[in-house]
Amino acid sequence: MLRSPAKLLQLFVTLVTCAFLFVPTLQSVLAGVTANYFRGLSSGLTLKWITEVWELYADSIFLSVWLALACLAVTLVIGVPAAYGLARNPGRVSRILEEFISLPLAIPGLALALALLQLYGSFKGFRASPAFILTGHVLYTLPFMVRSVLSVLMAMDLKTLEEGAATLGAGPVRRFIDIVVPNAMPGILAGALTVVTLSIGEFNLTWMLHTPLTKTLPVGLADSYASMRLEIASAYTLVFFLMIVPLLMAMQWASARASAKASKAAQ
Amino acid sequence: MTLILKNIAKTFPGGTRALLPTSLEIAGGEIVSLLGPSGCGKTTLLRIIAGLQTPDPGAEIRFDGEDVAALPVEKRKVGMVFQSYALFPNMPVRGNIGYGLKMQRLPKAEIAARVDEVIALCRLEAYADRPIGALSGGQRQRVALARAFAPRPRILLLDEPLSALDAALRTELRGELAALLRQFGITAIFVTHDQDEAMAIADRVAVMSHGRVAQIGTPEALYRKPETAFVARFVGNAMPLGGRIGKDRLYLPGGVLALAAPADGKQAFVRAEDVRIDPEGPLTARVETVTFLGTHYRIVLSGITKDPLHALHSGLSAPKTGETVKVSIAPEAILTLSAEDEKAA
Repeated sequence: MLRSPAKLLQLFVTLVTCAFLFVPTLQSVLAGVTANYFRGLSSGLTLKWITEVWELYADSIFLSVWLALACLAVTLVIGVPAAYGLARNPGRVSRILEEFISLPLAIPGLALALALLQLYGSFKGFRASPAFILTGHVLYTLPFMVRSVLSVLMAMDLKTLEEGAATLGAGPVRRFIDIVVPNAMPGILAGALTVVTLSIGEFNLTWMLHTPLTKTLPVGLADSYASMRLEIASAYTLVFFLMIVPLLMAMQWASARASAKASKAAQ
Repeated sequence: MTLILKNIAKTFPGGTRALLPTSLEIAGGEIVSLLGPSGCGKTTLLRIIAGLQTPDPGAEIRFDGEDVAALPVEKRKVGMVFQSYALFPNMPVRGNIGYGLKMQRLPKAEIAARVDEVIALCRLEAYADRPIGALSGGQRQRVALARAFAPRPRILLLDEPLSALDAALRTELRGELAALLRQFGITAIFVTHDQDEAMAIADRVAVMSHGRVAQIGTPEALYRKPETAFVARFVGNAMPLGGRIGKDRLYLPGGVLALAAPADGKQAFVRAEDVRIDPEGPLTARVETVTFLGTHYRIVLSGITKDPLHALHSGLSAPKTGETVKVSIAPEAILTLSAEDEKAA
């Protein structure tokens, strides 16, 4: 199997690329659990730095989790009905609205943050509260929720399904709860995981919007890189990894499931 | 339940008149078919009865005397079978059938009992707990019917219920559907473009064209006594006998036929089964093609009238292509109809 030189070359390139990506990661992870990075692994392995990160940045971690969940709640409440409205009324107005919702994706996070600061910066209570960052996160993640739900809804004959439910005595609210939401679930799930992952990892916007009291996980990461010793920064990266990788994997799984469902419904 | 429709019309934004003012009366337990080509307004009429579309102002829809025109669809208590079935993919068969009963807030035990009853009636026992995605087309059709019937609607409305199935299955399920509807004993209206389907299932058929009911009657009446050229063509594929009518004679390029009654100013039609190869016949024709169809031959004849005429010929042998044959048509088999509706065909 590995006899031909072309195959060998392929294997070599693959391994080098993997090494290029994995070695720094591995090194960073190791740095986070090494007693003294400059003396190397001979100084011994320790969980001291991770404990220290926890002591220093637990608030940031909790804030990030809280923000991600709040962001999820808001995008669910706004995004699912919005996607439903767009799916039920296809047309030029809907297309324009959809583009409009997606606009924050095209605008750099910094510009979006600046706009928010200019507009709401003078509302002191709001400016200083985590709700200010939440606003930014919602703006940034909403299009992902809307598009994810919309693509699943568009793949099925929603109008006829609803008509079917209506002839059986279901009013508009019941139809939404019994028919629309369950059938949109794969899209909602994929959208939800995307929103949570993006919110936890969001840096651009958050860095502009945060105050010393509203520091999130990635902002704390930048802070630790700038002002802490390398071992703590590396341990922080490790913590961040442990939080984000399972989310990313779940996201992959959910969106694969959503697109499988959509293509099945389209048959 | 008796259904009375008065002055039902539908004009779409933009001015297209999908349905001209239509009135119709349907007796309790009667099965009526709305038959017509696509775009004739049959589905629009059905959807207006269901409440899925709003008629133009001035319409009256009476269910047993009660005017339901202002009621939204969910309050009308209609059962509807959609062309695509519209089964809920998020519920198994049982959940679909029970959904209407759940909306009526019946106790769980009663819902279960009634769902079981309908499942048995529609012979769906083996599939009761399957997801919709695991059912065949014919099974879905039966689940859709069961779901529409389970909440005991006042009227059952079926929109092309068999058209999503392949031809063989369609013919098979036609009889099954007719039997089930009779068993339900419910007033039902079903829309179809297939005349065989309409004839096989319905007590009465309303033939529609261009947004209005051209004729309503029993299948026999429509077939034997069509009132317009459109009905004659659409039901039983009557062919025009283009010629000159003089009192009780029809003068055709291929000969002269006797008519049963004077028919000045009308148009003559005949059906393929009434065109006979007959050595004594008054018409002369050339045999263009002969197709053997098992029980009979389909012979295409030219020279009798402008368009070729089809004849269904039963017998052990048929004339050969290119032969000249004599043809007869019995006077009572010739349909003489006013041609006013001709453009609709």
